[in-house]
Amino acid sequence: MASASITLTHLVKKFGPQTVLKDINLTVQPGEIVGLIGPSGSGKSTVIKTALGMELADGGQATVFGQQMPQRQLLARIGYMAQTDALYEALSGKENLVFFAKMKGLTKTTITAAITHVATVVDLTADLNKRVSGYSGGMKRRLSLAIALLGKPELLILDEPTVGIDPALRRQVWRELDKVRDAGSSILITTHVMDEAELTDRVALLLGGEVIAFATPAQLKQQYQVATIEDVFLKAEGVTL
Amino acid sequence: MRTFAIMTRVLKELVRDKRTLTLMFLAPIFILILLNFVFSVSQSTNVTVGTVTVTQSLNRELGQTKHVTVKTYANKTAAKKALKNDHIDAIIQQKKQNYSLTYANTDASKTTATKLAFKNALSANSLAQMKGRLTLATTALAKLRQQLPNAPATQQQTNLAAPKLTNHYVYGDANTGFFDKILPILMGFFVFFFVFLISGMALLGERTSGTLDRLLATPVKRYEIVFGYMLSYGILAIFQTILIVMVTILLLGVEVVGSIVNVVLINLLLALVALAFGILLSTFANSEFQMMQFIPILVIPQIFFSGIIPLDSMANWVKAISYVIPIKYSGDAATQIITRGVPLSSLGLDIGVLLIFLVGLTCLNILGLRRYRKV
Repeated sequence: MASASITLTHLVKKFGPQTVLKDINLTVQPGEIVGLIGPSGSGKSTVIKTALGMELADGGQATVFGQQMPQRQLLARIGYMAQTDALYEALSGKENLVFFAKMKGLTKTTITAAITHVATVVDLTADLNKRVSGYSGGMKRRLSLAIALLGKPELLILDEPTVGIDPALRRQVWRELDKVRDAGSSILITTHVMDEAELTDRVALLLGGEVIAFATPAQLKQQYQVATIEDVFLKAEGVTL
Repeated sequence: MRTFAIMTRVLKELVRDKRTLTLMFLAPIFILILLNFVFSVSQSTNVTVGTVTVTQSLNRELGQTKHVTVKTYANKTAAKKALKNDHIDAIIQQKKQNYSLTYANTDASKTTATKLAFKNALSANSLAQMKGRLTLATTALAKLRQQLPNAPATQQQTNLAAPKLTNHYVYGDANTGFFDKILPILMGFFVFFFVFLISGMALLGERTSGTLDRLLATPVKRYEIVFGYMLSYGILAIFQTILIVMVTILLLGVEVVGSIVNVVLINLLLALVALAFGILLSTFANSEFQMMQFIPILVIPQIFFSGIIPLDSMANWVKAISYVIPIKYSGDAATQIITRGVPLSSLGLDIGVLLIFLVGLTCLNILGLRRYRKV
C-alpha cells in the first residue's frame, strides 16, 4: 500500500501555557476526503498548520507522503486554501493564478494550460481578466479554490472552503472535490457545516484537543445512535438532546 | 526565478496604487520646497530698538546697521510700554557712560541680533570719536610744524579710513544658511521615512490578508520573498531618490561640489536599509496602526542624531546612540560629497557601516519569516 497522504500521530501543540492539541491521531489515505469538524477554537486550523509545517509540533509526529514535516519541497505537492480568501486585490484573477503557479514551481509551458483548467473548474473563465477588487465574495472564494487546485496537487488541504458561498456554488465545489478525489488525490477539509460532513468519506471529530471519533459518517451515526452528524456532534459534546 | 515573480507582482500592485505612488514621489518634494521657503524667510532678522537718552551719534550708528530700526523715546516708561505692546524688540538706555539693555526676548534670534548690532554701533561710535580726536591732534601738530622752520617735509598722511573687508566662501555664498547645511541630511531622512513606511505596510498587508500564509504554503524559499521585496522596492527607491536629489539640487539650487551620482548612490543605499528595517519592524506589528506607532519611537529620533544638531556638542553617552543611526552615516557621507566633493572611495567607513546594516537586517528578515513557516 502506498504511504498515507497525512499521518498525524500523538500530535501535541502548545501556544505558551495553553495546550491547543493534546493528542491528535489522524490519517488521510490517497483517494479519500477526510472531514475535520469541531467547534470554533477547537484547533482545526492548528492541525492544518502543523500538517503544512507552518507550525512545529511540540510532541508526536506529523508526516506527509511518508516524510516528516516541515519539509519545504513537499509543499509543491500540496494545495492549500485558507479561511481567508488571501488574494491580491490589485491584481486580476489571472495575474493571481499566474503568480501562485510560479510560486508552486509550475513550468512556463504548463502554466497556461493549468490556469485554463482550474478556471473552467471553478467557472471563472469569463472573469479572469477583471481585478479581484471587483469580484463578489463568491467569486473570490472560487478563485481561492482555483489557486489551491493549481498543478493538480496530490493532497488538498482546505480550511473552511465553503464559508460564505451560496448553496448552488457549494454543490459545485463539492462536485469538483469529488472529481479530484476520484482522480486519486486526497483531501483534508475543515468545516463546521454539519451536513457537509456527511459528504466526506471519513469524519474526525475534534474536541478538547483530541480526536474523539474518527470513522465514516454512517459508522458514526450508528455508533452514537443518532440520525445526523450534527447530533453525533452534540452528543459527543455532552449536550443533552 | 520566484524572486523575479514576486518582484513583478509587488511592482504591479504598486503601480496600480496611484495614491501611494503620489505620496512617495510628491510628498517629499512638497515638504522640501516648503522647508526651503520657511528657512529662507527667516534668514534675516529685523529688529526694532527703542533708545532712551542715547547720544545722537550712537543713534545714527545703530540706524545705519542693516535690519535695525531705531525709535527714540523720551523716557523709559514710554519705551517700556512700547516693548510691552510688541512695538519694539529691545530698549537701550544710556546712563552717563553705561548702557542698560532690556530685551523682549520672545525670539532668541532677535535678542542676539540686537546685542550684536549694539556692540558694533558702540565700537563704531567710539572709533568715530577717537577719529575726531585724532584729526584734531593731527591738525594741531601740523600747525605746530608749520611754525617751526626747517622741519622735514615728510608729511605722513594718516589713513583714517576703516579697513575694507572682503568675504570669501569655500562652499556656497553669503546666502548659504542653516537650510543648506541640513538639506543633505533631510534629503536622506525623507528617503528613509517614506521607503520605511510603505515597505513595512506592504509586508504587513500581505500578512493580515493571509496571502503571506498562502505564499508560504508553496515551496517558495524564505529568502526569495525577502529578495523579491527588496528588488521591487529597491527599483522604486531608485526613482524616488533620483527625484528627491534632483529637486533638491535643481529646484532648490543647492550647490554640489562632488558628484551628483554619488549622492544618489548613498541615498539609495540608505533607502535599502530603510526597506529592510521597515520589513523587519512590520513583523512586530499586528496592524497598520501599530506600524505607525514605530514612527515616533524609531523614526523621528533618527533626526536628532542625524547630524542636523551638531553631535560634537552632545554628551558622550548621547553621542554613542548616534553610532547605530543609519541616517547619521548617509547624512555624513552626503554632506561630505555635497559640500567638499569627497569621492566615494574616501567614504569607506560610512558606506561600510550602511552595508553592514543592510546585510544584517536582510538576514534578520529571512530568519524572521521562520515565525510564519518553520522551514
